[in-house]
Amino acid sequence: MSQQSLTTTPASPSGAGGGGALPRGSRFGAERAFRILATAAGSTVLVIIVAIAAFLIAKAIPSLRADSENFLTFKDWFANESPPTFGIAALAFGTVVTSALALIMAVPVALGIALCLTHYAHRRVASTLGFFIDLLAAVPSVVFGLWGRDYFRGPVSDLSTFLHDNFGWIPIFGSKGPYGASILLGSIVLAIMVLPIVTSLSREVFLQTPKHNEEAALALGATRWEMIRTAVLPYGKPGIIAAVMLGLGRALGETIALALTLGAVYNVSFDLLGISGNTIAANIALKFAEANPTGRSALIASGLVLFAITLVVNVTARAIVYRRREFLGGAA
Amino acid sequence: MAKRIEAVNVSAYYGAFRAIDNISMTIEPKSVTALIGPSGCGKSTFLRSINRMHEVLPGAKVEGQLLIDGQNIYDRDIDVTAVRRTIGMVFQRPNPFPTMSIYDNVVAGLRLNGVRKKSLLDAACEKALRGANLWNEVKDRLNRPGAGLSGGQQQRLCIARAIAVEPQVVLMDEPCSALDPISTLAIEDLIAELKNEYTIVIVTHNMQQAARVSDRTGFFSIDKTGEPGRLIEYDDTAKIFTNPSVKRTEDYITGRFG
Amino acid sequence: MSVASHSARSRVTLKARRLPGWAPAGVGAAAILIAALAVYLPGAGGPVLTSVVAALLFLVGLGALSTVVEGGRAARNRVATSLVYAAFVLALAPLLSVALTLVTKGSERLNGYFLGVSMKGVSAFDNKGGAYHAIIGTLEQAGIATLITVPLGVLGAVYIVEYGRGRLAALIRFFVDVMTGIPSIVAGLFILAFWVLVVSPMFNNGRPEYSGFAAALALSVLMLPTIVRSTEEMLRLVPGALREGAYALGIPKWKTITKIVLPTAAPGIVTGVMLAVARACGETAPVILVALGNPAINFNPFSGGQSSLSLYVYEQAGTASKYAPGRAWAAALTLVVLVLSLTVAAKLLARRNKLAR
Repeated sequence: MSQQSLTTTPASPSGAGGGGALPRGSRFGAERAFRILATAAGSTVLVIIVAIAAFLIAKAIPSLRADSENFLTFKDWFANESPPTFGIAALAFGTVVTSALALIMAVPVALGIALCLTHYAHRRVASTLGFFIDLLAAVPSVVFGLWGRDYFRGPVSDLSTFLHDNFGWIPIFGSKGPYGASILLGSIVLAIMVLPIVTSLSREVFLQTPKHNEEAALALGATRWEMIRTAVLPYGKPGIIAAVMLGLGRALGETIALALTLGAVYNVSFDLLGISGNTIAANIALKFAEANPTGRSALIASGLVLFAITLVVNVTARAIVYRRREFLGGAA
Repeated sequence: MAKRIEAVNVSAYYGAFRAIDNISMTIEPKSVTALIGPSGCGKSTFLRSINRMHEVLPGAKVEGQLLIDGQNIYDRDIDVTAVRRTIGMVFQRPNPFPTMSIYDNVVAGLRLNGVRKKSLLDAACEKALRGANLWNEVKDRLNRPGAGLSGGQQQRLCIARAIAVEPQVVLMDEPCSALDPISTLAIEDLIAELKNEYTIVIVTHNMQQAARVSDRTGFFSIDKTGEPGRLIEYDDTAKIFTNPSVKRTEDYITGRFG
Repeated sequence: MSVASHSARSRVTLKARRLPGWAPAGVGAAAILIAALAVYLPGAGGPVLTSVVAALLFLVGLGALSTVVEGGRAARNRVATSLVYAAFVLALAPLLSVALTLVTKGSERLNGYFLGVSMKGVSAFDNKGGAYHAIIGTLEQAGIATLITVPLGVLGAVYIVEYGRGRLAALIRFFVDVMTGIPSIVAGLFILAFWVLVVSPMFNNGRPEYSGFAAALALSVLMLPTIVRSTEEMLRLVPGALREGAYALGIPKWKTITKIVLPTAAPGIVTGVMLAVARACGETAPVILVALGNPAINFNPFSGGQSSLSLYVYEQAGTASKYAPGRAWAAALTLVVLVLSLTVAAKLLARRNKLAR
């Protein structure tokens, strides 16, 4: 760092080539100021993350003190009453169930598309198709929510009837109706929304497979699918896990689409078809307008839980990515 | 366990660019044939068209006939995977599967072919590793990752992987160019042993290596950049290196032309 | 011993029995026909069920046929190929459906009147009102967020690429990535807890001030990591020789960065910013929490509630009026046109970017 300050002094008017001592670097020059500015800008990220935690905790404490039920195990949400009673149990359950279902539906499709883009489709076709997937990612979540609520509810209700008539003996399809704003609808919409991110991340992972390993598999007489199973998938495994976890992070935090498509019911039930389902994020959006100061604080408390969950998921996913990057860096 | 290869008017393309033009040559069974020539002369492209690996690259295609046992491997009803199983390949850079152990690397090809029985796989693994002169060095650590071996060992592991499926022909694309002299020597010794069972075609930049290991040598060259590569001369190695019949070969051998 | 060696003893068999080229198309046609008969004759369902049944029949049929003729390995390869392409169709179906619904339902109301008036004084029984106030809100909020984030994000990336060494830089890099995963509702809650409830009362006689500016702050939290990340990637693409050339001329480092490195990377940085802005325009959750919304036109982002296009869509979706859905779809179409034109422009710019390709 200290050598760099040597280069900071502007050329003296006498010009280069003059005799005498080299000009000395100043300690308070523009160089130093710029570096401090850049460092401060970079550190903002850390400051924001710490500030999020600090302010959410500070504003959540009043309601948590006032809550006359156990915040972690109580299922209902009467945060505006006095005394307030509210708990995160049903919301956390709904968040996890919808996200898990969405990933179960989205991940195989996303991996299929990523493989299609990297190893099946012709290059020019692949770039056009990839463009459409990127468009899917650009559509705002409120539009998916509106679509899910005004249009897609019909087909999903038909599907619910079909599932109940044919597979009603399975408890998750047990509901006799009416069908509509259900966990099934919410999680399908959510699946469509996390699809692009999982696709684009796993596409990058598949593209990184060393060409010479793919050729080694083909030269052994592997079919294209066998080549993918021998060379591409094992190599990409950590990357795929990270992509899925990042998709999970996105799903856990999705708000508006679920506020518009779930039933906003505070229950813990594995019934997928009936009017049901709620998540932490959707509940915040739905309850905010009517919240009094304690209610607002209670919503902040639930947001704190969401923040903690997504932070854990994201840190884990990124840690996997970073470890893999170091591992590959060392090998290359 | 070795087959004759006949190339008849083989041309190969990358998109519209013709990389090699009208190559015809006969490669004898149980012999080592070296392909030499300056960079970009198409010798690797020709090698890759012998087991249909050339067409793996986007836009690449091959014209002409390549006969093995009288069958043209470019015929429509030919199974590409069977061709590649019959004609194994070793690449320039050692490329063991990084996620697999030494053992799994060697038997990867057999597993693809549906061999599941542990005893068969064990036997084949030992045979292939002995064949590649690697058994004594790795027999105590078969379950360690293949990527943990030295460069020369990795290349011999790749040779073991290629011969484990018992091919007829083994193609080697500059197998020593990424290795140190001692590892190179080990591979060259191995090639001399392998020719008792296999037909071997090796592309090399190193003329001393071609002279040391091969029985027959083909010299490829190009007129200038952008022109397709051609087979200039193909003869017994001894003749090529002592008394070539074409002036251009002589210029290349004696270093008057890079 | 192995399958390969048995056949190898005598004569290599390289020939394989293969299905003719038209076989997949034939199986497909048969599958559709059978599925249509099976679904429509008993009246069990419509086109959706037919396509699902047809797809399953196709997979099973092709797999079975290929197993018999070509053997298990080739059959698995064919089924895998079909599944991979099926995944694609499956993903494009909702995209098409959303696009169609948007255009048909959205275009009903989308006209100059809708874009030119607000919702002030519009009751549930009135077939009027528009999204002018919401468009103003979106533009102001996204604009302010861009003004805040671009300098911060670009400088942050400069730190990571040009100055960052050791622990701090690694930590910042890591948490930039983690920050991209922060849910938008959490960003909204953070600005609520920090700006609206703690800072803004200091300027507003002790009462919290919900405003468009607060929404812009929340959007900044969401945009910052994206911009840092994309700028960082672009800076890394600037050849090191360019920097060294400048240093060798005696140009100080900070001038090299501002006069040479950043201008070289500028097209790529602009692309990244445009993509981040496009995403921010579509965010709803933070706006609900800190700008509250406002049926009237409010040009002042620092005082009083403000709407935005995405918030307007959400509000209209929840309004009990037979005219509300029409307004919601018209606003959604406006929003998507805005977001997609930004996105497409950014992608086109990226394609012309010489640095990246």
